Amino acid sequence: MKFLTDKALDRLRDLSDAPDLAGTRYVLLERVARGGMGLIYAARDEKLERRVALKVLDVEDRGGELARRLIREAQVLASLEHPGIVPVHDVGTLQDGRVFYTMKFVEGQRLDKHLEGVESRSDRLRLFLRICEAVAFAHARGILHRDLKPANVMVGSFGEVLVLDWGLAKIFAKVAASAAESGSDSTIVRQTSGTGVIGERTETAATTAHGTVMGTPGYMSPEQARGDHAQLDERSDIFSLGALLRFLLARNSLANAASQENLSSHMLDKSLEAICAKATAQRPEHRYGSVTQFASDVSRYLDGLPVSARRETFLDKAVRFYRRNNVAILLIAAYLVMRVILLLVSHR
Amino acid sequence: MNKILLGLLLGAVLGAIDGATAWFTPAVRAQLAGIIIGSTAKGIIAGVAIGFFARKVHSLLLGIVFGLAVGFVLAFLVAYLQHGYYLPIILPGSLVGVIVGYATQRYGTNAVTASATR
Repeated sequence: MKFLTDKALDRLRDLSDAPDLAGTRYVLLERVARGGMGLIYAARDEKLERRVALKVLDVEDRGGELARRLIREAQVLASLEHPGIVPVHDVGTLQDGRVFYTMKFVEGQRLDKHLEGVESRSDRLRLFLRICEAVAFAHARGILHRDLKPANVMVGSFGEVLVLDWGLAKIFAKVAASAAESGSDSTIVRQTSGTGVIGERTETAATTAHGTVMGTPGYMSPEQARGDHAQLDERSDIFSLGALLRFLLARNSLANAASQENLSSHMLDKSLEAICAKATAQRPEHRYGSVTQFASDVSRYLDGLPVSARRETFLDKAVRFYRRNNVAILLIAAYLVMRVILLLVSHR
Repeated sequence: MNKILLGLLLGAVLGAIDGATAWFTPAVRAQLAGIIIGSTAKGIIAGVAIGFFARKVHSLLLGIVFGLAVGFVLAFLVAYLQHGYYLPIILPGSLVGVIVGYATQRYGTNAVTASATR
């Protein structure tokens, strides 16, 4: 008797899980990721002859609640027409009754991978500002992401920045739970009771109960970690963005510690630290009031201007002024030195 | 600030200061007023020329090179007419041109031209 290898079993499992796209305009290519409550496949749109990403439910759907949620997720995404948010192309139902939707297939890298090739801190901050643009756009439409983390940001091959996995946030506001991802950087769904965590859930539930926690440790705000839905507003996403900014800067300091840009920038680093600290304050009222304000402070830092998160001393102002105008100051100093030398020479 | 206006003001101020330093040279102290006026006029001419250049060419390096060239040429002319003091006139004059060239490129803004949409 011959036993199947684990690899072969995995392959068979994948094949059995693969959705049957018969009757649709799509041809399945490969599985690319697992989302909050579904699997994401690369597929080919036969009519438009293009590659798309196809998301389909992979968990049992009692009463059609998850199907409604997936459609709602697609509707939410479709309402967010922004260059930083993945556009939805189509919604449909497979022959087995499972709902799916297709969206733009983003060819690129996850933010954490992409950062390995980005040396300049300024470039990283500009990248961060583009993430902020997408989140601010969603906030303006009353939608919170609630799971912002490096894994949910994609950088395309032409430098386009896309914030992914919006469905979870919207669904979180309406309905509880989804299948959990595994790993330390994965989204968790956890039921809390009173003061303690009583267990992680991987199955679905019909409604959002107070104490249901969804998010990623290290990136979710304290109020989100407590499952305190009533307190959740855009400042919760600001906390996640602050953690994301810290991630960007921490990686930067490791990868680029010896670069010229990082030398003699102690004061400015304090400003960045203050920005991060304000964004990730424990109490929402101590954070930025909006993503726009947050992004504005980062922009001001990039432009060498004072930031609202930090009160500067006179020395800080002087250092910042010098950093902004160092060439002009050096030219004037050179002029004065030359004048003194000429005077000394002429008086000999 | 408008690049031409910035060049003009900076050229005038630096030119005046440049001329005023003649006070430290006792031999020419008697003609100090004339030197200051002449140096200011030179600074204004250089500043306006450099400002115009900055408006047309958006390059820090070229702005500095052009400023250096204008400052040098004007200072050389002044020194030539003075029949002396080549180094004390040309060196600061050229550096003033460099400063104005840098400042107009770095700090000057292009004048907004109103264009009607038809």
